[in-house]
This record gives sequence, C-alpha cells and structure tokens, in this order.
Amino acid sequence: MMASVVTHKGQLPVRLPVWRTRTVLILLLIGLLVLIGRAVYLQGVNKDFLRMKGEARYSRVITLNAGRGKITDRNNEPLAISSPVESVAVNPREVDLSSGQAEKLAKLLDIKTRDLQKKLDESRDFVYLKRQLSPETAEKVLKLDIPGVFLQREYRRYYPDGEVTAHLLGFTDVNDNGQEGIELAYNHQLAGMDGSRRVLKDRLGNIIEGVESIRAPQEGQNITLSIDRNIQYLAYRELTAAVNANRAKAGAVVVLDAKTGEVLAIVNQPTYNPNNRVKNIQAGLTRNRVVTDIFEPGSTMKPFTAGFAIESGRFTPNTLIDTEGGKLSIGPATIHDAHPDGTLSVAQVIQKSSNVGAAKMALTLAPEYMYTGFSKLGFGKLPHSGFPGEVSGRLRPYQTWRPIEQATMAYGHGISVSLLQLARAYTVFASDGELRDISLMKQAQPMPSERVFSAHTAQALRSMLEMVVMPGGTAPRAQVMGYRVAGKTGTAHKLDGHGGYASDRYVASFVGFAPASDPRLIIAVMIDEPSAGQYYGGQVAAPVFSRIMAGALRMLGVSPDMPAQNMLLPPADAPEVREET
Amino acid sequence: MTRLNLLLMGIVVVCALGVVTSQHRARKLYAELQNAQEQAKQMNTEYGQLQLEQSTWAMHARIEKIASERLHMRVPDPGKIQVVPLIPVAKRAGANS
Repeated sequence: MMASVVTHKGQLPVRLPVWRTRTVLILLLIGLLVLIGRAVYLQGVNKDFLRMKGEARYSRVITLNAGRGKITDRNNEPLAISSPVESVAVNPREVDLSSGQAEKLAKLLDIKTRDLQKKLDESRDFVYLKRQLSPETAEKVLKLDIPGVFLQREYRRYYPDGEVTAHLLGFTDVNDNGQEGIELAYNHQLAGMDGSRRVLKDRLGNIIEGVESIRAPQEGQNITLSIDRNIQYLAYRELTAAVNANRAKAGAVVVLDAKTGEVLAIVNQPTYNPNNRVKNIQAGLTRNRVVTDIFEPGSTMKPFTAGFAIESGRFTPNTLIDTEGGKLSIGPATIHDAHPDGTLSVAQVIQKSSNVGAAKMALTLAPEYMYTGFSKLGFGKLPHSGFPGEVSGRLRPYQTWRPIEQATMAYGHGISVSLLQLARAYTVFASDGELRDISLMKQAQPMPSERVFSAHTAQALRSMLEMVVMPGGTAPRAQVMGYRVAGKTGTAHKLDGHGGYASDRYVASFVGFAPASDPRLIIAVMIDEPSAGQYYGGQVAAPVFSRIMAGALRMLGVSPDMPAQNMLLPPADAPEVREET
Repeated sequence: MTRLNLLLMGIVVVCALGVVTSQHRARKLYAELQNAQEQAKQMNTEYGQLQLEQSTWAMHARIEKIASERLHMRVPDPGKIQVVPLIPVAKRAGANS
C-alpha cells in the first residue's frame, strides 16, 4: 500500500489525504474478517450439517433383512418354513398411470379398479397395493413399468403338512408375527431382527465399501420340536377317520414318549389349513383342544383312585369290594354301574370299570389325601408344556367336597382336565410311579420326574390296566398285535350347561400305553360327541388308540414283547362289557 | 539438496499411486464379497424352497396313496413278520465260535 504518490520531474510530492488510506485499509480488513467469519461458520458451526449433506451424496444406509427361523420336527423334517414373496407397493406422489395401465394393473393384482384408484389417491408416501404375490405375477407387474410402483420383498410362512400340524404350529400374520400355537409361544426366538449398515455406493449403485455396521441383522433361530412328523400324520389320519365314522363333533389325540416326556404328536379335529388362512379360519377352529380345552374325563381317572386306595394301605389289588348289584346311594344321589356285578376285586373294578367300586374305594380315603394325590398328578395345575393358552383344569379345594362329590371324582366326574394333563398323569404307570414333566421341544435328556406312587403300586396298576384290554375288560379293541397293551377307557356324559349332565351326549376316551412290559409310548384319544350309534370309549376311542399305537411302535422299531398271535378278542356274540362315565 | 528433494518427491508420488491402487483393489474385493454374500442368501432361500418342495413330494398321504394304489403294496400279515432281536456284535461273535 502506498501512502503517497511521487510525481514526475522532481516536483514536490503532493500529500494525499490520510482518510483515503485509512478507508482502504479498513475496507480490506473488513473483507478479511468476513472471510474468516465465513470460514468459521462453515468449518465450525455448520460442520455437521454440511458433512451430512456431503455424505448423503455417496453413502447409503441399507436394511439387511433377517428371515424367520424354521420349525422342524425331531428328525429335522421341516414343519414351517419362510419363503420370500413379493408385495407390490406404490408411492402415490410419484405414480403416473397412462390410460389403460390402471385396468391392467388392477387385473393383474385381482382388485377392483375403483379400489386401486382409492389407494392411489392416498396422500402417504407408501401404500401396499397387494401383498404376498407369487413371483410370476410380481414379474408381470414389474413389466408394466409404471413409475412409482415397486416391489417389496417379504417373507411368507409355508406349512408343508397343512391341516396335520395346524393346531400345533399355529400360524403367523401377514407381518410374520406369530398368532397361535408354537409360532406365538416362541415368536421371540423365531423372529429375526432386521439389521442395517452404512455403505458407500458408486454412481452405478454398486456398493464399493462398507463404512460401518449400524445394527447386525439377527437371523431367526430354528426350533426343533419333539414332534415326530410320521407319528403326527398317523395320528391325524386315524383320528380323522374315527371322527368321520362316528360323526363326532370333535376329537383329539396326544402321543407322549413315556421314557423322556417328549410330546410326539398332538392332533385335533376339526382342523383348518394354515396355508390359506385368510379364507377359512373361523374363530374357535384354531383352538388346540388337547391343551386348551377341559373336559370331565370319566373312568380314565379310576386307576388313580385305585392307586390312592392301594397306597393308603387299606386295599390290595385282590381286596374284594361289594358293588351291591351296581347301585350305591349316597344321600339323595345314586351311583350306577352300566352293567351290574356282585363282588369284585380292586383289579376287576378297574377292568370292568365299576363306578360303585371306585366310589367305595374313594370314600374310605380322607378328602385331603385324595386332593393331594390329584394335585401331585398334575391335575388343577398347569402342565407347563410351553404351549400358549394352557389350562390348569378344575380341581376344587378339598374343604368344599361333599361325600357324593368325592365319590364321583373317583370315577372322573366333578373334576375337569385337559387331554394333555390326562396323558401326562399316565406317565406314573409307565415309569414305575414317577410323574414326568412334558416338553414340546426335543430333549437330549429325559425330562425330570417326581415320585407319586411307589414302584410296587405302579406295577400293580399296570397289570390291572392290562386286564382292561383283555377279554372281559372294557377295551379288547385296544389290543395291538405283538405287543402287550395297557390302558383305560372312559365314557363320560357331557355337562349340559345347566348344572346337570346331558343324557345323550358323551365324551369317549381311551388312555393307554405299550409295550406294557417296558412302556415306550402313551397315547390319549378323546372323541367328543360321537353320534353314529356307538359312544363307549371301548368302541369309539380304543380302536383309534390301537391303530396309532401299532403304527407308531413299528415306526419307532420297538421290539414286540409278545408272540404275534395275541389278539384275544371276545367272540362276536359275547356281550359287550361297557361302562358309563 | 535438490537431489534429495527430488528423491523424496519421487517416493511420495509412488506412495500416492500405491494408495490409489490398493484402495481400488479393496473396493473391487468388497464388491465381490457383497456378491458372494448375496449369492449365499439366495442359495439359502432356494434351500428352503427345495426343502418345502421335497416335503410336499414326500407327504405321507401321497406316499401312502402311491404305495397302495399304484404299487399295490401293503403291510404284511403279522404272522409273516419275523422280528430279529438286536444282539450286540460281541455276543453274536461269541455265540458263533
């Protein structure tokens, strides 16, 4: 900067006014300050915003989809698998339909043009047009090449066995959340967690560098059930045949592994197909009756009464009981036997299913003693199978028992149980007096068990239950060729809903195990309201038991414990041994 | 002094080029990794679909139908079944000798 100007020819310098230099200096300084200020603003104050904007030019956050885990049976056969499908979504702000395209699109998606237009008029950025399309249809939609219409990958659940496993597995909703059954109970394990990651993309959209992982995706875990797909199918087939043949309202079967406490099959009728759930799932149809419904079990409870009686020391299997010709009056009420008998041993009371005999045994016991016994067997308590909606059944506190109630409970009335509880209670006979916990998950070790009866009592009861399926018992039809079988029938009147019992509606049941020499399987069968003429447990439920047991033992390769020709069916004209309740 | 500077300059240039090439290679490899991962995912999906297909073909109802109707197979009479008990190998060998 020059403060003065020197003129030519040696003339005296003319002094410029000082204010001019000062002005220039100040102006330049101000300019400098402005530059510094701007720099500070960009580099310091506004740094984050600008950096963000810059990164937005090349870095992207992408979602990493995590799939839902598989459900497999104990042999790793798939029972439920998620498979990707395409959903068609639209951004109504960007959509630009030429004439004719709307009709084409509506036709492809199988929706009305009017509905389509309504969706396109919405003011959101994202609207589903149709979810879960087949890949072929999705391809065609994409070929229409409509701006604003795009595909969204989703997962849909498939159940290869459909109806057979419907109640057990349940189903998922359109967003892949479990709604029923195992899908609901283990949703937190099955469901994956989508992750996300920041990446650098080039001009062509290729990912060139992973910057950071924001959240790692968590794939859904696979679940291995204790179910055996083959036995499940077998049980389903036999139950369906029996329910149809007997024109029954419903039916259920549960198969337990007596050694480990694992549930090998749970089937229900009526059923539904979880693969096209939208159309045909009515409320109530999805209920897993085995676990969530309670019923009065009837005579299938008698072996427990006999067990308590023997444990009390007052009875042995050979103690004689006078059944008084099949009638016993307690106060105003009378207990009947379906076919009157004279004096029976405890074993015969079980074999012939005498109500009077069972009631007489029960009446020698203290209510508290019986109550404790029932609760030790798991009645009135949740079975803890891990299934949602489990019920504990109904066992009233012993303080309120009247003698008639104690007597009816001896043969399974005035007490309600689920089929699962009943099957579980039979583990005490199968494993020498120990009640085993049950599980729907495949186990490496047998489930823990707790002693209820002495081994001696359990063995005595086992041979009594073997007599039930022999000629003279109530269920010769439960026999299985080549194996010793033991079990108990039940034929209970249904409650009529007005505090009494319906005279013409029954629940027929059979619970049993085989081979009796070393029990491997426990099968409980329940047929609700058989209405084709026959309704006794020995006629309706026992044959189902026999067929499932025969097939399952063969599949599992269990050695027979009897020579093959052991079917000792009573002659065709022999009177049927029946029980009621 | 100038020579040293030139030498250093040369080294810097070589290093810079090295960084560029290695960065390029890293990105290429990363893209490859991405592809491989995508492929793995697709294969996993396909595996699931194949499993589904297999289990549909192997449905019990179907096998049963084919066995009984087309191949006329049936479960043999119990009298014709011979059950061979499992005997440990050592025992069997002992019995033979």
